[in-house]
Amino acid sequence: MKLTVWTYEGPPHVGAMRVATGMTGLHYVLHAPQGDTYADLLFTMIERRDHRPPVTYTTFQARDLGSDTAGLFKSSCQDAYDRFQPEAIIVGASCTAELIQDDPGGLAETMGLDIPVIPLELPSYQRKENFGADETFFQIVRHLAKPMDKTQRITCNILGPTALGFRHRDDIQEITNLLYELGVEVNVTAPMTAAPSDIAKMGQAHFNVLLYPETGEQAARYCERTFGQPYTKVVPIGTGATHDFIAEIRELTGSTAELDTDRLRQTWWSRSVDSTYLTGKRVFIFGDGTHVKAAARIARDEMGFEVAGMGCYNREMARDIRATAKEYGLEALITDDYLEVEKAIEALQPEMILGTQMERHIGKRLGIPCAVISAPVHVQDFPARYSPQMGFEGANVIFDTWIHPLVMGLEEHLLHMFRDDFEFHDAAGPSHHGGHAPKPLEPAASEGGSMPAEVAHVQDGNVIWLAAAEKELKKIPFFVRGKARRNTETYAAEKGLGEISLDTLYEAKAHYAR
Amino acid sequence: MTDQMTPPPALGCRSAPVLKQRGQREVFCGLTGIIWLHRKIQDAFFLVVGSRTCAHLLQSAAGVMIFAEPRFGTAILEESDLAGLNDAHAELDRTVQQLLARRPDIRQLFLVGSCPSEVIKLDLNRAAERLTQEFAPKVRVLEYSGSGIETTFTQGEDACLASMVPVLPKTDARELMVVGALPDVVEDQMLGLLEDLGIGPVTVLPARNIDSEMGVGPNTMFALTQPFLGDTHAALERRGATHIAAPFPFGEEGTTAWLAAIAKEFGVSDELFNKVTEAPRRRARQAIAQASEPLNAKSVFFFPDSQLEIPLARFLTRECGMSAVEVGSPYIHDALHGPDLDLLPAGPQISEGQDVDLQLDRCREARPDLTVCGLGLANPLEAEGLSTKWAIELVFTPVHFYEQAGDLASLFARPLRRKTILGVAAE
Repeated sequence: MKLTVWTYEGPPHVGAMRVATGMTGLHYVLHAPQGDTYADLLFTMIERRDHRPPVTYTTFQARDLGSDTAGLFKSSCQDAYDRFQPEAIIVGASCTAELIQDDPGGLAETMGLDIPVIPLELPSYQRKENFGADETFFQIVRHLAKPMDKTQRITCNILGPTALGFRHRDDIQEITNLLYELGVEVNVTAPMTAAPSDIAKMGQAHFNVLLYPETGEQAARYCERTFGQPYTKVVPIGTGATHDFIAEIRELTGSTAELDTDRLRQTWWSRSVDSTYLTGKRVFIFGDGTHVKAAARIARDEMGFEVAGMGCYNREMARDIRATAKEYGLEALITDDYLEVEKAIEALQPEMILGTQMERHIGKRLGIPCAVISAPVHVQDFPARYSPQMGFEGANVIFDTWIHPLVMGLEEHLLHMFRDDFEFHDAAGPSHHGGHAPKPLEPAASEGGSMPAEVAHVQDGNVIWLAAAEKELKKIPFFVRGKARRNTETYAAEKGLGEISLDTLYEAKAHYAR
Repeated sequence: MTDQMTPPPALGCRSAPVLKQRGQREVFCGLTGIIWLHRKIQDAFFLVVGSRTCAHLLQSAAGVMIFAEPRFGTAILEESDLAGLNDAHAELDRTVQQLLARRPDIRQLFLVGSCPSEVIKLDLNRAAERLTQEFAPKVRVLEYSGSGIETTFTQGEDACLASMVPVLPKTDARELMVVGALPDVVEDQMLGLLEDLGIGPVTVLPARNIDSEMGVGPNTMFALTQPFLGDTHAALERRGATHIAAPFPFGEEGTTAWLAAIAKEFGVSDELFNKVTEAPRRRARQAIAQASEPLNAKSVFFFPDSQLEIPLARFLTRECGMSAVEVGSPYIHDALHGPDLDLLPAGPQISEGQDVDLQLDRCREARPDLTVCGLGLANPLEAEGLSTKWAIELVFTPVHFYEQAGDLASLFARPLRRKTILGVAAE
């Protein structure tokens, strides 16, 4: 039993829904109790989809448990077949249905439907949403894709994008265009946009582009084994990674096509004078493994940030992220416990968080700016405008997105100069944010965490702040105040000081100067 | 006191035939109620004993994370908990100890059963008794089921309130108990009206915290402010309390009828009643008249969601000039919904339960001007050109009593106003 406040991933059947909803012509018959239909709203509300997800829920209730839930499953399956006329059906159980052991796969098989019926085994009490999507997509490919002659021209499949994915809609477009410029046509993009009849044709591509390892890696490995299709290992998020991805495609295809990189502005935007204020900002990075790995590279090499901490919530990527963190001289935080992430951020006091919807919430509470880089995401992360994360346009979008939460350039200096100005004070937040200013750090920090632990403070209770030093600390702008407090306390502890005076504060400042 | 009221229709819907279908139900389970209950009962923590799905539902329904410090969480069952129930009880004790150590401010803990915990027959009643003994007197531990196999959406609040009734102290005092979780601002308005009518003492279930002194007994009269409290109604009657049946306090008419039923029971004179209610009634009528203009002569179709459908259909048809095509409710209790059904003019199809695909067929066929439905259906129906009102907003917004009557009409009018504005702009 594990106490959970917020979860980074839903149950595995929600992953299967992401696959089914991204596809066309596929229907998902889900053995599930009343109430599991809540998952529809993820797609209709958060992603603003204009169709219901193609899912039929058997909706069993307590009174059905003693009687015939298996019969209920079969009639729901038949109704779905009759009404929606899908090309193929996937069948499975949600967490409760798993316990009553009706075997939806076996039941559906006995019905003699004249379309492919693909059974899913998604262990709800062990695995989570990403696994569910990855496994479902793999099973669909395994059942439907047939060996075929390769196309005459060089083509590839794009693997991994799903419904409810973070910017998948626009990444598909950006990468399809990039591949086209390199002389590679896309055979099938799946699961998103594909019908079962498209999946059947996947074997005719020369190789696969694996955009999202979280949701497409099993299928990519299967295609490599079965159809002799190699797959790409670089995920093209960020300028450097996009160049590496292009090199990988050239290697796979022998393409020498010229690429126009004029629209890549991120590199100059990072080098322009105004961006000096970004240099050395300490960032904490958390999300799914793929996006975290990409974000760390962008943060350090393309923005000039200092990566102060990183981690991921999906254990499947733990090894990769641990290795990446080591390259940055860090210990990776691998956890799906929101409270642990909150604690880590509170202790590190970064100047910025690159995270998920969850970390945005942590940032709001601690007064630390946050940009979203990964699922799970909320309605505002599905923008109307074109905003990919991948390719050169993705690099531009990421630059804009990451600097938006920050107090920018000269404004930051002015806040240092006029600390106690009655109008232009730091608690008002960045001037381009209007009413959405971050709250000052102090009161939030003193409340402890979302679920305050008995000892919520990183602060060493033995060190006493003298009044003059405390007053001086308050003059430091909120976005560096937490760090100043922590550095000073660490310095005092190292020097064995029992109290912090004005001098200690400035000794520490000199000690940590960079 | 009824002289200013619109007469009831010659034929209401109380004896109308009810369409009962079963199939896929597009509704939330009772766990969803935790989202408002944990804000209402301020010293309570709601611990769902369930699966990752339960945790995911709660954060999805809560708009992912609108609350800084949620007083709810999920003890997620894992593979090892399914193997042996004794171990699951030990695990639960450990989880509760961990929780209460972290949150010393918690005085009431609700263990909330879920589909998986019910299917594996994890006895939360026994766990609650054991934990109450362990943590008494500081923390009281109760349990109820919010599972989808037992409860639909707002029935979660019903189950929660019903679980509190047996532990209320006994009293012989003649008191009014008002039952149902309301936003504080609305609750205060209601208490103000009752005080002005000279009715008292008044207690409210759920109370804002555990220290409020309230009891129940044979002289307790109770009124419901929410139409989904069937089990709580039964639990209070078992303690000897008497229900004051009335239409629910939505709109000017519903509020007046609700207050009038209580006033009659407590012997309030017509003169005093009229004096107290005259000004707010006038304000409410005026506000409704302004807000409901886009609703006049329009049709409405209710998908089942919160059990608020019947009283709201009564409000929309009698006070806002709408006509109802279908009024679907997850469950219909005659003792609770009867007075509203009496007032709802005959005509609409009354339906209980749901086969969502068949109901969508009926809705598309009828093409109502406004469809009231859940979040899973709203955008797809909008995309088909049907204007919708998300039903969940009716549960999360202050809509009861006089001063909110205009707001309630506005909630329904806004989708139609938007359609007009955007339609004009597009031309």
